[in-house]
Amino acid sequence: MLQWRENTEMEKMSDRNNREGIKGWLNPGRFGWERVAYWLQRLTGVGLLAYFVGHIYETSSLTQGPDAWTAMLELTQTPMGHLILLLVIGMSTYHSANGIRLIFTHGGKGLGKPGRPDYPYDAASLNYRQKSGIWIALILAAAAMLYGASVLFRGN
Amino acid sequence: MTEQIIEKIEKIEKKHEKKETLRDSIVLKVYRANRLAGEPGRYDSVEVPVQRWTTVLDALLHAKAYKDPSIAIRYSCRMASCGSCGMKINGIPRLACYTKVSEMEGSTITIEPLANFPHLRDLVTDFSQFFLHHRNMQPYVQNEHADIKDREKLSEFVQKPEDLDRFLQFSYCIKCGLCYSACPTVATDTKFPGPQALSQAYRYFIDNRDSAGKGRTNIVDDKHGIWRCHFAGSCSSVCPKGVDPALGIQLLRGHLLGFSKNEKKIADLQERLNKN
Ligand code: HEM
Ligand code: SF4
Ligand code: FES
Repeated sequence: MLQWRENTEMEKMSDRNNREGIKGWLNPGRFGWERVAYWLQRLTGVGLLAYFVGHIYETSSLTQGPDAWTAMLELTQTPMGHLILLLVIGMSTYHSANGIRLIFTHGGKGLGKPGRPDYPYDAASLNYRQKSGIWIALILAAAAMLYGASVLFRGN
Repeated sequence: MTEQIIEKIEKIEKKHEKKETLRDSIVLKVYRANRLAGEPGRYDSVEVPVQRWTTVLDALLHAKAYKDPSIAIRYSCRMASCGSCGMKINGIPRLACYTKVSEMEGSTITIEPLANFPHLRDLVTDFSQFFLHHRNMQPYVQNEHADIKDREKLSEFVQKPEDLDRFLQFSYCIKCGLCYSACPTVATDTKFPGPQALSQAYRYFIDNRDSAGKGRTNIVDDKHGIWRCHFAGSCSSVCPKGVDPALGIQLLRGHLLGFSKNEKKIADLQERLNKN
C-alpha cells in the first residue's frame, strides 16, 4: 500500500511530453536568487568533479619521474593554466560556502516556521537569511578569486 | 498585536509593489496547437482592449469572445481559488486570473501552456500525472483510533491553535500545478512527486490527528522521492497561495535525516475527553 505505484498508471503516464528537461535548468534568473544558487551549485559541482579528475591525472604524472612532474607543472604556469586555477578557486569557494548553507536547509534549519500566510504572500523559506547566505557565498568566491589573481598574476 | 501585523503586511506589500503600466490595449501572443491532431505549435497575436484591473484571464476571455472563439483555455473561479487557469505568462508559471495586465511590462504578453505537464491543446495541459502524485501521498488523515465509518456517534479531534499552525499553510494548496511547472527536478524526472505532493506529505505527517508518520516517510524515502529536491526554491517563488512548498519539503526531510523529531502528541477525540 505504501509502495510507489509503478507498472500501473504511473508508468503509463510517464509521458515526457512537454517536460522542460535540462533546458529548464537554464535561464535561472527568472525564479530569483535561490534558483541561481541551485544552478551555480550544480555547475560548480560538475566543474569541481572535472577538476578533480584532471587533478588526479596531473599528480599521477609523478609516478613517471620528476621530469614528467615538472613538465606537467609548467602547464599550470601559463596564463591559461592560471585562469583555470582561478576558476577552480572561485568554484570551490562558492560550492563549499553554499554547500554548508544547503546542509542546514536540507535539514529544515534556518527556514522559518509555517504560519498563517497573508496576502501578498511572502514565502518564509526564501527569507533574508537564505538570500544573505547566497550573497556571502558569492562575495567569498569573488574575494578568493581576486586574492588568487593577485598572487597568480603578480610575476607576469 | 494588530498594529504589528498591519505593519508586517505593509512591509511585505511594499516589497511586492509592482510597477504599473497603464495602457488601452495589449497584444496577447498565444501559443496554439492541438497536440492530439498532431499540429505543430504556433503563436497567434490578438490585440484586446484592457483597463487597469484587467487580468490576463479577462484579456484571454475577451479575445475568445470577440476575436477567436477557438482558443482553448481552462478556468473556473476567476479568483485564484480553483487552480485551473495556470499557464506560462511571459515565461513564468502564473494563474491567469491572478495576474493583472498592468503588472506586465512591454507591449505584448506571451502566453504558453504550463511546462512539465503533457500538452493537450492551446493553453490546456493534462493534470492526471500531477494528481496521481498527489494521490500517492495518501492525502487524508489516517488514525486507527478514529474509524468514523463504524461509529454510531461521530466525534471530533481536539487541536490547539499551535497544532493547526503547523500544517494550515500547506492545506491552502489549490493544486494549480504552478510549483510543479517551475521545479527543475520535475523538468527532468517524471517519477519525482514534485513540490505539491511532497509538501502535502508533510502536511499530513505533521498533523497531530494523523498517526501514519512512519508510513508517510516511507512513501517519500525513495530513489525518485524527496532526496531529489535540491531546494532551488522556485516552487515557493511561484506559488500563488503562500503555501511555500519548499519549506514543507525541507521540514519533512529534516525529520528523515534526524535533524528534527516528530514528538507530536496524537490529538484526542472529543468523545473520549468527555468521558474522563
Ligand atoms: C567543503 C566541501 C564541499 C561541500 C560542503 C559540498 C556540499 C555539497 C552539497 C550540500 C551538495 C548538494 C546540493 C544539492 O542538494 O543540490 C553538493 C553537490 C555536489 N557536489 Fe559538493 N561539496 C563540497 C565539495 C565538493 C567537491 C570537492 C566536489 C567535486 C569533486 C563536489 C561535487 C559536487 C557535485 C558534482 C554535486 C552535485 C550537484 C547537484 O546535485 O546539483 N563537491 N555539494
Ligand atoms: S503548492 Fe502552491 S503552486 Fe503548488 S499546486 Fe499548491 S497552490 Fe499551486
Ligand atoms: S480561474 Fe480559478 S484559479 Fe484562476
